[in-house]
Amino acid sequence: MKITLKVWRQKNAQDKGKLVTYQLNDVSPDMSFLEMFDVLNEELLLKGEDPIAFDHDCREGICGACSMFINGKPHGPLQTTTCQLHMRSFKDGDTIVVEPWRAKPFPVLKDLIVDRSAFDRIMQAGGYISVNTGVTVDANEIPIPKSIADEAFSAATCIGCGACVAACKNASAMLFVSAKVSQLALLPQGQAERKRRVQKMVAQMDAEGFGACTNTGACEAECPKHISITNIARLNREYLTAKVASEEMIEDEIAA
Amino acid sequence: MKLDSKIPDGPLAEKWYKHKFNLKLVNPANKRKYDIIVVGTGLAGASAAASLAELGYNVKAFCFQDSPRRAHSIAAQGGINAAKNYQNDGDSVFRLFYDTIKGGDFRAREANVYRLAEVSVNIIDQCVAQGVPFAREYGGLLSNRSFGGSQVSRTFYAAGQTGQQLLLGAYSALSRQIASGKVQMFTRTEMLDVVVIDGKARGIVTRNLVTGKIESHSAHAVLLCTGGYSNVFFLSTNAMGSNVTAAWRAHKKGAFFGNPCFTQIHPTCIPVSGEHQSKLTLMSESLRNDGRVWVPKDPSDKRRPQDIPEHDRDYFLERKYPSFGNLVPRDIASRSAKEVCDQGRGVGASGLAVYLDFADAIKRDGKKKIEERYGNLFDMYQQITGENPYETPMRIYPAVHYTMGGLWVDYNLMTTVPGLYALGEANFSDHGANRLGASALMQGLADGYFVIPYTIGDYLAGMAPTKIGTDHPEFKKAEEDVKAQINKLLNINGKKTVDQFHKEMGKIMWDYCGMARNAEGLKFAKKRIQEIREEFWNNIKVTGTNEELNITLEKALRVADFLELGELMIDDAAHREESCGGHFREEYQTPEGEAERNDEKFAYVAAWEYKGANQAEVLHKEELVFENVKLTKRSYK
Repeated sequence: MKITLKVWRQKNAQDKGKLVTYQLNDVSPDMSFLEMFDVLNEELLLKGEDPIAFDHDCREGICGACSMFINGKPHGPLQTTTCQLHMRSFKDGDTIVVEPWRAKPFPVLKDLIVDRSAFDRIMQAGGYISVNTGVTVDANEIPIPKSIADEAFSAATCIGCGACVAACKNASAMLFVSAKVSQLALLPQGQAERKRRVQKMVAQMDAEGFGACTNTGACEAECPKHISITNIARLNREYLTAKVASEEMIEDEIAA
Repeated sequence: MKLDSKIPDGPLAEKWYKHKFNLKLVNPANKRKYDIIVVGTGLAGASAAASLAELGYNVKAFCFQDSPRRAHSIAAQGGINAAKNYQNDGDSVFRLFYDTIKGGDFRAREANVYRLAEVSVNIIDQCVAQGVPFAREYGGLLSNRSFGGSQVSRTFYAAGQTGQQLLLGAYSALSRQIASGKVQMFTRTEMLDVVVIDGKARGIVTRNLVTGKIESHSAHAVLLCTGGYSNVFFLSTNAMGSNVTAAWRAHKKGAFFGNPCFTQIHPTCIPVSGEHQSKLTLMSESLRNDGRVWVPKDPSDKRRPQDIPEHDRDYFLERKYPSFGNLVPRDIASRSAKEVCDQGRGVGASGLAVYLDFADAIKRDGKKKIEERYGNLFDMYQQITGENPYETPMRIYPAVHYTMGGLWVDYNLMTTVPGLYALGEANFSDHGANRLGASALMQGLADGYFVIPYTIGDYLAGMAPTKIGTDHPEFKKAEEDVKAQINKLLNINGKKTVDQFHKEMGKIMWDYCGMARNAEGLKFAKKRIQEIREEFWNNIKVTGTNEELNITLEKALRVADFLELGELMIDDAAHREESCGGHFREEYQTPEGEAERNDEKFAYVAAWEYKGANQAEVLHKEELVFENVKLTKRSYK
């Protein structure tokens, strides 16, 4: 296959950046999208040019590192991760535009690599159950109905890639935040910190500069792990309940 | 130097219990005076960093990824073993211990493995308390499945994403400690050297992967939780970034390397599709619970698999190993697949594949049930190959997946450098010559949650909490060495790329130090690796500068270390004149083609000592003593 690539090149965070065109003449339909970039990078290197920097690691669709905005869609035409997209999804002669995630809380570091540490900070704000190592309660002493466990698992499969933010016109991180809030709100182990968690995570999300949810649903449509927008509804409910009926005064803590 | 494994005295079942009491403690008020460095944030690293911070130590954690949540433990699919005996099917701590020792072909330490089996039950409790959503039955209790090398159901799982869920659990515990200020997290940071002062590990030198800045970090102890080195083969199921650099640099600073040739070839991976292939994808071993492995009886049979009738198929695992069938351990399943492919009966375009067929399981349990069990794996297979495994059998072939070898550690997980520890896949300790499925997650978390928090106190209690500044000459020297190596790479300006060298080396390793090895091939491979290394340092092309995000430089630094490790793996494989577990020497096999161990001569851990560039490493032997199991021929027939 012949493919024309228009790729965002940006030397570093300060650089303005621009699209650069590359011509590939021998692309195999069995290649993954990232393997096409490997081939291009080898060519660039041999010519003495700087290869294109992009995040990637497991190449099995689970680590959440890869993050290309392909023809106006996060991870491209299929609802999967960039590493699991194969060139058989494109046609001979296609022109493909590849950009980094575009969102203010995700600044570009170089080429297609963005800084997603905002997600880590949201998790640090409350995306956990406060339990030290060494609990002695037997795991089977907490029976959890299968339907609840399955629902919690579905939410927990989020890989933190940021496609939801990239897809959203407001760069909202609601799908990401709601996935963790849902998982832990559904489980009996998560009840003690339920109200506190949702408030702290939402406060951090706002502090990072992510936008508000518009209920458009682009995040769900693009999520490679099919995280459901139902989780956002649950997040809103959790947040409202926590604000209305909060037993704990945590505002000071959030402000701090 | 004599290797001291520090295995406690006493009966097997009491060793760990008594040892815990005998270990010295650091009192709670003093813990905050000690700094601990944790390199790597996979299951071992994240669980260790979180647990040590909870105890009150100051932790600095490092990962090369952009977030600790992306460490490669995330990709483990099938499950985690634990001797809970929830199924009432005869499991026990001793049985898990026995299965693991036998599965490792009697090349692991009894005491370590027993401890692993003992703490396995605590791991499940811990993870459930963290909110890890394991699979459950309708009654709300935890579900189990069976796995290779075992005849009980003791594997806990979360669909085909168990590693992800366990790692996110450990990551959440780590995040909590980062928020509390007890862990300082450094992402996109690669460790490039260990600093040893007065014979003790006192810190590390790192490179910031965004700015290129070389920095020193001082501490009282250093934990390497940096995973395995399967990427020495270029093609493996490891993540693209997985590397040996931290462990190898520690090795060059005095940490012995244990059993480097013990690598695991996983039987169920998606076959290679072409030259562009960048990595291989595993299909969980759990698939062998319901999938049947076969090839056509006749090599010339080129019919579509669904058109080949039963009597023309050879279900070779079921035929050769009737009692374990498709659930034989990984090394045996892999070798059997190679054997039928070598006979010309392999399937697919390359002839390097066998079928994994779900037609019978779908007929028996219905498509819905199979989808529930393996849905995400089937989807992944279809995405990669373009074929629908519900309708046509999967094609699979073995691929390098895990390295049992690693830094030699004693019972306390300390390497031969005092104060330097190795946890998880980075150490050599618990899996012998072959790891059983669902045991890697168990070991990573056992080391991090339940072993190191006890054993590290014993070391720290014996040293003053005095800090050493990073202006110490040893730090400066290590920084200069790292900078010199980087400058050298940037200035060679040769004609070949890092990937070209990496692929060339990987192919040599796979062909001669992979699924089957022999003396002649290993000799040839050693020469070739030396030649490739020589050429690498004269003809590599690394563009750009150090002071920027430079993906080529990152890779070059890693491949430089693989090129040294590769030779040691070959030396280790050549010296071990027996076959055991994943190490199959063609000269040593039974008439039926099974691995032939030599317990008289080789019931030891090979621990290699680095002696300087281009010098032969020195072999040290830790004899393995078996007091509780009888060394038997490993039979799964």
